[in-house]
Amino acid sequence: MRTVPCAASLHRLGLAFLLALAVLALQARDSAARVFDPETFTLSNGMQVVVITNARAPIVTHMVWYKVGAADETTGESGNAHLLEHLMFKGTKTLGPGEFSRLIAKNGGQENAFTSYDYTAFYQTVAKDRLELAMKFEADRMQNLVLTEDLVASEREVVIEERRSRVENDPASRLRETMQAVLYLNHPYRIPVIGWKHEIEQLNAKTALAFYHRWYTPNNAVLIVAGDVTAADVRPLAEKYYGAIPARPVPQRVRATEPPQTAARRVTLESAEVRQPGLAMTYLAPSYNSADSEHAYPLEVLDEILGGGTASRLYRALVVEQGLAASVNTSYSPSALDLSSFDISASPRPGVDIEKVEAGVRAEIARLLQDGVNEDEVATAKRRLAADAIYARDSLNTAPNVFGRALTTGRSVADVEAWPDRIAAVTVEQVMAAARAVFREESSVTGLLLPKPTS
Amino acid sequence: MPLLRSAFILLIVLVAGIAPARAVEVQRVVSPGGVEAWLVEDHSNPIIALDLAFRGGAALDPAGKEGLANLVSGLIDEGAGDLDSQAFQGQLQNLSISLSFSAGQDAFNGDLATLTENRDTAFNLLRLALTAPRFDAEPTERIRAQILAGLAQQAEDPDWIAGRTMDVLQFPDHPYGRPVSGTAESLGAITRDDLQTFVATRLARDRLAIGVVGDITPAELAVYLDKTFLALPAEGAPLEIADTRPAGGGEVVVVERDVPQSIVQLAEQGVARDDPDYYAAYLVNYIFGGGGFASRLYAEVREKRGLAYSVYSYLNPMDHAALLSGGVATRNGRVGESLEIIREEWRRMAQDGPTAQEVADAKTYLTGSFPLRFSSSGRIAGMLVAMQLEKLGIDYLERRNSLIEAVTLDDAKRVARRLYDPDALTVVIVGRPDGIAPTRPAPKIES
Repeated sequence: MRTVPCAASLHRLGLAFLLALAVLALQARDSAARVFDPETFTLSNGMQVVVITNARAPIVTHMVWYKVGAADETTGESGNAHLLEHLMFKGTKTLGPGEFSRLIAKNGGQENAFTSYDYTAFYQTVAKDRLELAMKFEADRMQNLVLTEDLVASEREVVIEERRSRVENDPASRLRETMQAVLYLNHPYRIPVIGWKHEIEQLNAKTALAFYHRWYTPNNAVLIVAGDVTAADVRPLAEKYYGAIPARPVPQRVRATEPPQTAARRVTLESAEVRQPGLAMTYLAPSYNSADSEHAYPLEVLDEILGGGTASRLYRALVVEQGLAASVNTSYSPSALDLSSFDISASPRPGVDIEKVEAGVRAEIARLLQDGVNEDEVATAKRRLAADAIYARDSLNTAPNVFGRALTTGRSVADVEAWPDRIAAVTVEQVMAAARAVFREESSVTGLLLPKPTS
Repeated sequence: MPLLRSAFILLIVLVAGIAPARAVEVQRVVSPGGVEAWLVEDHSNPIIALDLAFRGGAALDPAGKEGLANLVSGLIDEGAGDLDSQAFQGQLQNLSISLSFSAGQDAFNGDLATLTENRDTAFNLLRLALTAPRFDAEPTERIRAQILAGLAQQAEDPDWIAGRTMDVLQFPDHPYGRPVSGTAESLGAITRDDLQTFVATRLARDRLAIGVVGDITPAELAVYLDKTFLALPAEGAPLEIADTRPAGGGEVVVVERDVPQSIVQLAEQGVARDDPDYYAAYLVNYIFGGGGFASRLYAEVREKRGLAYSVYSYLNPMDHAALLSGGVATRNGRVGESLEIIREEWRRMAQDGPTAQEVADAKTYLTGSFPLRFSSSGRIAGMLVAMQLEKLGIDYLERRNSLIEAVTLDDAKRVARRLYDPDALTVVIVGRPDGIAPTRPAPKIES
């Protein structure tokens, strides 16, 4: 064997990290399985800070997550949270519109932001010696945003194009939007994050700034830094930039709650743009944070058993054995401040009626409820989820996103780190109790995407 | 004198401060049997990521059997050796090994990721997939049906229609104009013989590039390289694809569809990866429309006028052709205005080129952001393969920033003048754009 190593690199930091990991590994034998091993502290103004060290490259991802999202909007102002996210790039008392982005780019950084129902996040990935700059700018726009009606009007048009692109131009997306609107009868999760077009058109600088002043405070935000840094590096900078911003009272996040659901719903979208029919079924489900949250970890295991790849129940039965579906997928995310949903989607094999696919999915659910799951299935699913936790450490951006989602939806750093143990503790009985709690037709929506009938 | 000297040193520090230290060490590993892989060792996480590519992709599909390379890529992990589809996939799923293949016009690719503890099985399953796939009837029909379902799903997607229409316009008589996934007809014509012949003649060591990142030493990797790849034929069928230039001729084509937002794609002659002007072109494109928030197109179309959410340009160098491409998506009533602005920007770039400030800022971004690419093992493994396919050299990661820094303002202006030709820009619009006069009917694409 011949190896031709290149010139030495800067692995002295990597070595230090390896040693640290070795020490942690020794400790880990006695204590619980961990995922990312973060450091955490809180500034005097109440802003929580999480630092995850990953010394693979001399870069950091710097994120600020606000504990507010689309589900916290005032009735009639759908799209306000997302529009504000766009407007955060439009300038402050000291930086002009777009200047934040230009400065980050000038410093070799990448950046973006995103809005969901329960959180709004802003992030930059930069060389580690630019972290201070990223913090300075992010802290600046946390309190010094400046908007004009012209700027807002222009960005509103951009958001409307975004809506056109994501929703109006895509029949599958339009179906999902309507399904979401009827899955939740009363809760604001029924309203699209991007907003209804007619309500977006009414948003302005006043609505955006009202939301901004109400929710964007350091005590309502989480700072997450991942990369070639430690808490010792981050703390003084966080104190200097974010710590200087005074806390302000923030309203409680009170959303309209769901009444009991007593009728199954069906939604059908027919369109000339559809050649390949699609089936989607969504069931109301608990989250880590809602009532009945004891079902959340078992539901993650059930998600894996039912649809977690080519050896899963639905794939084996519907795609391989019965040849009804071309593809089938399940999805369940337990990270929500309120309720969540368990989703199944399937695409028929060419020539197979979609009704047969729906019947096939329902038969598998009935079989699950009747015959249960076995120990092997549960053990395999848990093993696969445990492996996911190891793979999750590989990418620089996974940890900050996991912590951001958790800390803005009612959970703690300890919850994230305990995830492998909690998954490992799930039993067959718990999986079945969760299945029986969730697979109830009266709290579900079935959606069909169909071609336009030709006659 | 001391003041001047310290200012000089300060200047050095400021300039040098932006260039990042190289983040990874690349080792060339050659096994006793002569199989080569480029390796980045990383023992901080017990996983291994491997990326591989065989030169030669869908462009070599026989006439009437378009979609062959793609179908093979979906099938070789659906049963190999003594393991039928259930057993093969069952092993992968059980041990959380991820193995997948894909085909593009110019290459056949594979990705493997495994926990260290399962690496024996992982490499063995990779070997079986590449050397002894079964192509049993059930999985073949199942995967063929999945591809057909996918074709039907995208058939009315305006983005897909725009892309295929552009391919056909630019490469009417060249394999690059054919669909990588094939058509319902061509997929039906592919036989088991075709699949087996592909594996026997195209998955050969003379065209193979391998990149590995993770928890494995050069000595350990060398053993696996022989175990996994020596069973492949040493040589494969010749790769004969003609070089070509885009034939779109600056035409404007409209494909009418009832969508509220028109999808516009643009393309003209680009620059090859090994062209001496490539780095200058890359830098100029960043300024023009590749730089997201920081680009001219973004500023004029989105930021100033709110015309679009998405507007962009990019270099598209292929093995046998090269395009300079771009696009915008906007509501039907504003297509005319958006296109006018984009053409005007194209013209302005050709005439005046970038400014010194733009070039300086682009260099700062492109060099400063380079380490951001090393964000996961899979990404790094992919880069190692690309470096080999494009013959960039094992020290490319160290040299790349200096290649960007070496672009002068004169280079940038000259290359802008050379490349940006608004009259050569072929335009495809899918939607119901107001006030656009097509210069020829839309070409037929498969449905």
